[in-house]
Formats: sequence, structure tokens, C-alpha cells
Amino acid sequence: MEMKEMTYKDAINLAMSEEMRKDKNVIFMGEDIGLYGGAFGVSVGMFEEFGEDRVKDTPISEAVITGAAAGAAATGLRPICEMMFMDFITIAMDNLVNQAAKMRYMFGGKAKVPMTLRLPAGSGTGAAAQHCQSLEAWLCHVPGLKVVTASTPAEAKGLLKAAIRDDNPVCFVEHKLLYKMKGEVPVDDEYVLPLGQSDVKKEGTDVTIVTYGTILHRVMEAVEAVEKEGISVEVIDPRTLYPMDTETIVESVKKTGRAIVVHEAAKTGGLGGEIAAMISESEAFDFLDAPVLRVAGLDTPIPYNRNLEAAVAPSVDMIKDAIYKVMNR
Amino acid sequence: MSLSKETLMEMYLRMNHARLFEEKVAYFFSRGMVHGTTHLSVGQEASGVASCMALEDGDLASLTHRGHSQAVGFGLDINKMMAELLGKETGYCKGKGGSMHIADIDNGNLGANGIVGGGYCISVGAALTQQYQKTGKLVLCFAGDGSANEGSFHEALNLASVWKLPVIFFIENNLYGMSTPISKHMNITDIADRAKAYGIPGIIVDGNDPIEVYETVNKAAEGVRSGKGPVLIESKTYRWLGHSKSDAQAYRTKEEVQQWKEKDPIARLKKFMLENKIATAEEIEAVEEQARTNMENAVEFANNSPEPPVESVTEDVYA
Ligand SMILES: Cc1ncc(C[n+]2csc(CCOP(=O)(O)OP(=O)(O)O)c2C)c(N)n1
Ligand SMILES: [Mg+2]
Repeated sequence: MEMKEMTYKDAINLAMSEEMRKDKNVIFMGEDIGLYGGAFGVSVGMFEEFGEDRVKDTPISEAVITGAAAGAAATGLRPICEMMFMDFITIAMDNLVNQAAKMRYMFGGKAKVPMTLRLPAGSGTGAAAQHCQSLEAWLCHVPGLKVVTASTPAEAKGLLKAAIRDDNPVCFVEHKLLYKMKGEVPVDDEYVLPLGQSDVKKEGTDVTIVTYGTILHRVMEAVEAVEKEGISVEVIDPRTLYPMDTETIVESVKKTGRAIVVHEAAKTGGLGGEIAAMISESEAFDFLDAPVLRVAGLDTPIPYNRNLEAAVAPSVDMIKDAIYKVMNR
Repeated sequence: MSLSKETLMEMYLRMNHARLFEEKVAYFFSRGMVHGTTHLSVGQEASGVASCMALEDGDLASLTHRGHSQAVGFGLDINKMMAELLGKETGYCKGKGGSMHIADIDNGNLGANGIVGGGYCISVGAALTQQYQKTGKLVLCFAGDGSANEGSFHEALNLASVWKLPVIFFIENNLYGMSTPISKHMNITDIADRAKAYGIPGIIVDGNDPIEVYETVNKAAEGVRSGKGPVLIESKTYRWLGHSKSDAQAYRTKEEVQQWKEKDPIARLKKFMLENKIATAEEIEAVEEQARTNMENAVEFANNSPEPPVESVTEDVYA
């Protein structure tokens, strides 16, 4: 496969641009995504290539961006929308949850709503309480929505393309700290990664860690450290958070007998609890040698101060400690 | 005048269907055969039906929770509507939607909406599709007076205006949002005034006059289709019955209701056709009889239709 090094945000730009070149019904809308290129510069150059009919700057109106995407999708377009920050889905929620997610089911299977909502998420930027949240668990609680997240540039490209091609509303969560991350990305414009498939980021035999997004890279750091001490860890990235490929996780836990879920989102009501419950209801339960642990964000808003902000998200040490704990060390 | 006899007679048939439909639903409701809730549109038939009659083939519409007249006006099949109200598999939504979600997306009906103001943004998006694909079609977005205080109203009108989208916002001002009179929910008497804030035309019509409703929508549609951008039409009307299933109506007087009953839109259309010698009394009676027969058939169709299989509960969550 021919590869090219690029940043995560360029990979997202590439995914959108390729899909727009292929399918005239794909359009892109959001706040300041045109000439300005979006709050994080993700769409730089797209306005110039596709023009204002297809790269549409909207007013600061999250409800109508989302609702209009649903209406356009139900009538034949395939809109991609950028929420400037994931935090602003609060304003879009009715249109996302009560409209887009419900149309197909409540209309008896007759509607298709192929829209993609891109959601820059996560802390670490110092933007504090209203611009740093990881609200993916809310979205996973809404049947009718798909929730996807990518932890590397290549996956950003492949998964976003799959999201755009999917006939359902897909929420695509992009951790802002990943935007500048570089990686090898396939140049093939048919490089599409299937939704609903977990990826085993690293094989191992003693502990299974389920994680996604920026924190995955922190997990990798912790894993590298403990492996030097003889603990073998398997790392699974679900990638599609809903509907999740649970089978890969269950199979892994049957092999390792120990599981930890790590995410940046607040612990209470987060996906960690859901994944832990799923494991304990599965056939992997009988193989468990330790309780399933969660290493997650503190149950606080995201603070501004650098040290406080860092204290909210799981650290490498916290992840290592959880590994020692399930290993009884 | 742009209205042919054929159109007028069809309008009269649909308005009769709409009234009879609500009467049946009220009856079924009282017998416990329709569950959940329903919002009946008796008295608002000119608003719901005559506005849709002014549409072209291929135009779209989104409806409100008080959407039965609008659906009938748009040309939906009363058999499938009645079946949906009884929760049957043959209903528009296979029994999964009910009164508040009757939809026929394939034919441009974007659905009724259980969320007050929920149709505004969807309509704007559907209008974007029409503009982008240059279909020459428009979207008729129904809404109620109360919904004009939702944020979505403002976001949708503004975006539709700056993008010059082909959408008509048709607000049925029936003077109340549930129990709250308009005087207590906004500090203006005409919602049409709000159009000015978005730089679009705001037109007021007598929502109980089917001819005026038809002609206003028809005329507005011309400009909307030609790319001039959206229009807000405020249709002044009144619901005869309570807001929904249980409503003691303590917030209004019997006299007020009676005054509005005297402005019955169906009687008005009949009078118009007779006075202008468009149709004879016999012809009109024949249409009324036809409407009654059709409604009995719809009830029979719905009653005889199967319940959806329980296994269908997990179907159609995703495409
Ligand atoms: C977002 C939302 N808030 C409240 C309700 C409950 N509710 C249903 S209908 C209604 C009144 C709506 O008033 P209006 O828009 O004037 O329509 P009308 O019922 O008069 O036709 C209310 C408050 C709802 N369904 N959705
Ligand atoms: Mg009202």
C-alpha cells in the first residue's frame, strides 16, 4: 500500500475531500469552515477546491446545522458537519437525538439519514470547562446514532470515509490533541475501514486494556513500561464506540483473564462501566482472575490550570497502577 | 381566479376527510383504541389542507404534532393514516410512529413531529437539498404559534434567509400553545412581524378562509421557487377541541369557542362554491357522502389490519 506521512487533521481533510470528489451529494457545513478553514484548520483548502455551494459557512447556529443536515440527508444529500467543539452538541441535541437518530425507526424504516457530525473533543488544550469535554457516552446511549473515534491519522482517514458512506447518522469524535499527530496514511482513495470492528493495537497475554482516542497513546506508554517488567498487555481500540464490536474484547479477556478500560471521559456514566458490565455478562466472566477496572477522567468539569487539567485525565502512572493491581503486584 | 372547480372539489373532499378523521380518532380514543395522545385539528382544516393544495407535485412538507389535517391535505392515504393511529403494521410507520410521527418520506412528507418546533431545521435541510439539486421544488414547513418561541425557529429562519432556501414557514396561529394564550407567550400579536428580523416577507392570512390560504401560498410559492428565499405565512385560526386528550379548557371561554365555530372553514368553502355557482348542492352533498364512505373504509381497513409482529421491535434502528 502506498503511504504518505501526514497529520491527523490532514487525514481528515483528505477523507472529506476524496469523498466530495467521488460523490457530488456530499457537502460540508459548519461554522467558519470555509475560507477560514475551521477552528482547528482541518478544512483548509476545501473551500477553494469545492466552492461555497459545497463547503458552506453557516451562522453560529448548532441546532440548525444539525437539523438541516438531517433534513438534507433524509432527502438525498450526504452532509458532513463540523461542530466547532463537541461541547456544543448540547445546543444541537434535539436535532441529533430526537430527529436524526429517530427518523428511520419511528417512520417505520422508510428514512435514511446519511449524515456525519464531526466533533472535536477532549482536554489538554487549556480551553477549560466548556470546550474540553468528552461526551461520547451520551451519544452511545441513543440507539439510531453511530459513534466512531479514531486514534491515528490512518484510521482517521479510513473511518471517516466509512462514516461518510454510512447510511446512518454518525458522530465522529476527534480528539483535539491528535490533530497535529503525524503518521503514515494510505493514499489509496478506496482506503476505507469498516465501522463496527475493533482493532487489536497490540497483542498480549496477561491483561486486556480497552481504550480509544488520545489516551490510547498514554496506554501504549504504560504498556511499554510494564512489559519491561514482564507483564504482557493486549490493547484493543474499539474504534466504533457504538454499536461496538464486543466480540473481539470478549475473546481477548477469555485469553488474558484480566481487563481494564481506560478513557478520558468522566468515570461516572462513562463507557468504562458499560464495557465492564458487558464483560461480566459475557462468557469471559468465568475466565476473570480480577475485577474489571476503570481508569477514567475525574468526575469534575475540566479545569483551566495546567496542573489541574492534567490531574483530571488518566495519567501513565494511573494506568500502570491499574495494571499492577489486576496482576496482584 | 387560479382555482379550478376540480381543485376546489378536491379541497372540499380533503377538508371533509380531515374533519371526519379527527372525529373518528376522538371516538377511538374515548374507547381506548388509540393510546398515547393525539392533538386534533378540528377547525384548522383550511390551514392544513388548502395550504397543501397549493403545492406542486414533488414539493415537500413537514408537519406538526397537530398534523392530521396537514397530512390529509398533503394527499396522504387515510387508510394508512388510520392504520397508524391504531398501531397497525399497514400504517405509514408500521405502527411504530402513531399520531405524532405520520410520515411518508419517499413522497416528500417529512413527517409530523412530537417536538414543538422540531420541523423547522429539518425543513431547512430539505430545502437545501432542493436548492443544491436544483429541483425547483419547495418545502412547506408547518408550525404552531407556541413553537415560534423555540430557538430552532430563529436559527432556521435566519439560515433559510441568508441561504435563500426554498421554504415556506407556515405558522398556524391558533392563539394558544397548550393552555397559554399568545398574549402571555409573546409580546406581539402578529408572529408575521418576526419575519422582518430575518429580512424575509411576513404575510398574515385568515386561516379559516380556504381560498385566501390557497392563494397566499400559491403566490408565495412563486417567489420562493424563483430563488427569492423563504417566506413566513401566519395563518390565524383556532382549534375547536382541547389541546390533547385531557383538557378541561379552563383557559378559554365557551363564547370564544362558539365565535370561532361560526367561522367554520368547511362551511365557508361550501358557501363559497354555492354562491359562486361552482358546484350544485347535490354535487357538494355527493362529495360529503364520498368522504363519509372513504372514512368508513379507512376504519375498516385499519381494524382489519394485522398488528406488527413483536419481532419487528428491533428492526429499522439502522439503515
Ligand atoms: C420541545 C417541546 N416542548 C414541549 C412540548 C409539549 N407540547 C406539545 S404541544 C405543545 C403546545 C404547542 O403549541 P403550538 O406550537 O402553538 O401548537 P398547537 O398545539 O397550538 O397546535 C406543547 C407545549 C413538546 N412536545 N415539545
Ligand atoms: Mg397554538
